Amino acid sequence: MVSVNNNGQSSALIQVRGLNKTYRRGGEEIQVLQGLNLDVDKGDFVGFMGPSGSGKTTLLNLMGGLDVPTAGTISVAGDEITHMSSGKLTEWRARHVGFVFQMYNLIPVLTAYQNVELPLLLTRLSGTERRQHVEAALSIVGLAGRSNHFPRQLSGGQEQRVAIARAIVSDPTFLLCDEPTGDLDRKSADEIMALISELVAKHAKTVLMVTHDPLVAARAQTVLHLEKGVLVEAAKSQHGVVVGGGA
Amino acid sequence: MKFWRLIKANLFRKKVRLLLTLGSFMVAMFLFAFLAVVRGAFTRTGGIASAGRLVTINRVSIIQPIPLSYRDKIARIKGVQAVTHYNWFGGTYQDEKNFFPQFVIDPENQRKVIPELVVPDVQWANFLKDRQGAIAGAATAKRFGWKIGDRIPITTTIYGTGGAWEFNLDGIYHGQHADDDESQFWFQWDYFEERVPDRIKGLIGWYAIKLDSPDEALRVATAVDNEFANSPYETKTDTESQFAANWVKQFGNIEFLILSIGSVVFFTLLLVTGNTMAISVRERTGELGILKAIGFKNRSVLFFVLAESLAIALVGGILGLGLALIAIPVLGSALNGLLPNLILSKSVLAVAIGFALAVGAASGLLPGIGAMRLRVVNALRRV
Ligand SMILES: Nc1ncnc2c1ncn2[C@@H]1O[C@H](COP(=O)(O)OP(=O)(O)OP(=O)(O)O)[C@@H](O)[C@H]1O
Ligand SMILES: [Mg+2]
Repeated sequence: MVSVNNNGQSSALIQVRGLNKTYRRGGEEIQVLQGLNLDVDKGDFVGFMGPSGSGKTTLLNLMGGLDVPTAGTISVAGDEITHMSSGKLTEWRARHVGFVFQMYNLIPVLTAYQNVELPLLLTRLSGTERRQHVEAALSIVGLAGRSNHFPRQLSGGQEQRVAIARAIVSDPTFLLCDEPTGDLDRKSADEIMALISELVAKHAKTVLMVTHDPLVAARAQTVLHLEKGVLVEAAKSQHGVVVGGGA
Repeated sequence: MKFWRLIKANLFRKKVRLLLTLGSFMVAMFLFAFLAVVRGAFTRTGGIASAGRLVTINRVSIIQPIPLSYRDKIARIKGVQAVTHYNWFGGTYQDEKNFFPQFVIDPENQRKVIPELVVPDVQWANFLKDRQGAIAGAATAKRFGWKIGDRIPITTTIYGTGGAWEFNLDGIYHGQHADDDESQFWFQWDYFEERVPDRIKGLIGWYAIKLDSPDEALRVATAVDNEFANSPYETKTDTESQFAANWVKQFGNIEFLILSIGSVVFFTLLLVTGNTMAISVRERTGELGILKAIGFKNRSVLFFVLAESLAIALVGGILGLGLALIAIPVLGSALNGLLPNLILSKSVLAVAIGFALAVGAASGLLPGIGAMRLRVVNALRRV
């Protein structure tokens, strides 16, 4: 399954081909991504690293259907998302992507339970079914006893676990985590990473994660560096991820 | 509604702010109801202005008299069913602050022309037999605690040498509609004419004319005024509602005044709540970004913001109108009958709720559209 520099056919779950993203600020053009290719298989756990401003968040946003590329394509499980209308894209996100961000993750006026339930409000599930899913997700992240706590009553690590529960509750195709441990101390960061690793190992989740922290990145099966608008494979590569650039 | 919890949670996010916004709605709605009621009281002077009735006054002004001798001439005009006449007495009872209108009436025709102010037949018969008899409206009788048989002194400074005129209360009239004026006090023309100075005898204040048909109002009014054209006492005849409107104009342009105050209230409320909603949406930018990332559609986000502002408007509006329902009757009695028809009608309530909802929708709309247009990537980048 491993192939390198793939800019052609593949059977990977996520296929990124010739991705370009250019921001225009005033008269100035900032080329952030320049012909980036990436294949990710189901069950992969990929870490993205790179200097600040290298475009990691940009890449994640594009793969999560939060933004549209200047050129290139992204397809996920056979769906080409780069040409979807914004309404379609919103529906697609609800079905396929679980997001975990560094900040602003939880709605402060909702309890942990209600926060986790949010994605399910967009489905046709009944109240009872929603309850079962929310309770399952909360117990996976080890917070079954904290359902009725508000975010401000939880520690940073616990808040992030609630965010993870919310990301997995609707069983999306893959998880996107943008610096999920960025705001946490070492111990909490380790706990969060243990949880994410377990999601990959035990629950066969596909995870794409941005981090600045090499110790955090070390948890990933594959670590990719974003340099000059393309991805470069770091030394430690075990299986499943193919990167390439230039095209 | 599974989204209700989210809307409710957002509503109660800042309790002080919620209370203040509800408070502005409450005050504004109260003021709105109050203004509407005052406006109603002025434009409805003297009960339902009947289209089937005309009022004839002296062309110069209502305070100039016209001869009683016109009565028979008016009665003969085609289309006139009955005619009766009035004088304004302008007296006071006990204290000058105790205002209520006293009319010198023509007992023979009063009930033919104004049938909606009903006096029981027995009481009316006693009144006719009693030269110093009087009939009071139910509101005025209640206000002063009068009972039939009471002797009532009314002081006047307009006629004669001052001192009180004594009356016997023979009857109490009730209106048949909610806004009929029940504050008047009537006594007999014969008694009045006998006591006033010679120069005033034979002169009345105004005529009220009952028509065969409302359709003939214009023709009859013209006929009456033509009849007395070029006489020393020329007349001006209008429908009762037109007369009431002219009467209100005496007090200045009340309508305009009320409309201006109302508009100021409206725009202030709009700005206050619009600003509040804008702030409350702006401080939630990150959360809105998360909601959209999760898969909430743009129109859902707009809906959340609108639902929030409409809920505030509705609750604040209902509270304000509730306050008005309690306060307006109290205020009415505190005004000592100066404005007899302070009535908070169902239509005023409905308009007020509509008005509150309009302000709610308008103030939620711009921030809601802003929330709708917000791009997730920007929302999440903003710190
Ligand atoms: N909306 C935008 N408009 C203009 N420029 C932008 C916009 N978003 C990102 N950029 C620019 O694109 C570049 C990449 O930004 P991005 O946030 O993807 O970097 P990053 O690798 O995630 O950085 P960090 O590690 O600091 O989070 C930066 O130079 C940034 O200033
Ligand atoms: Mg970033």
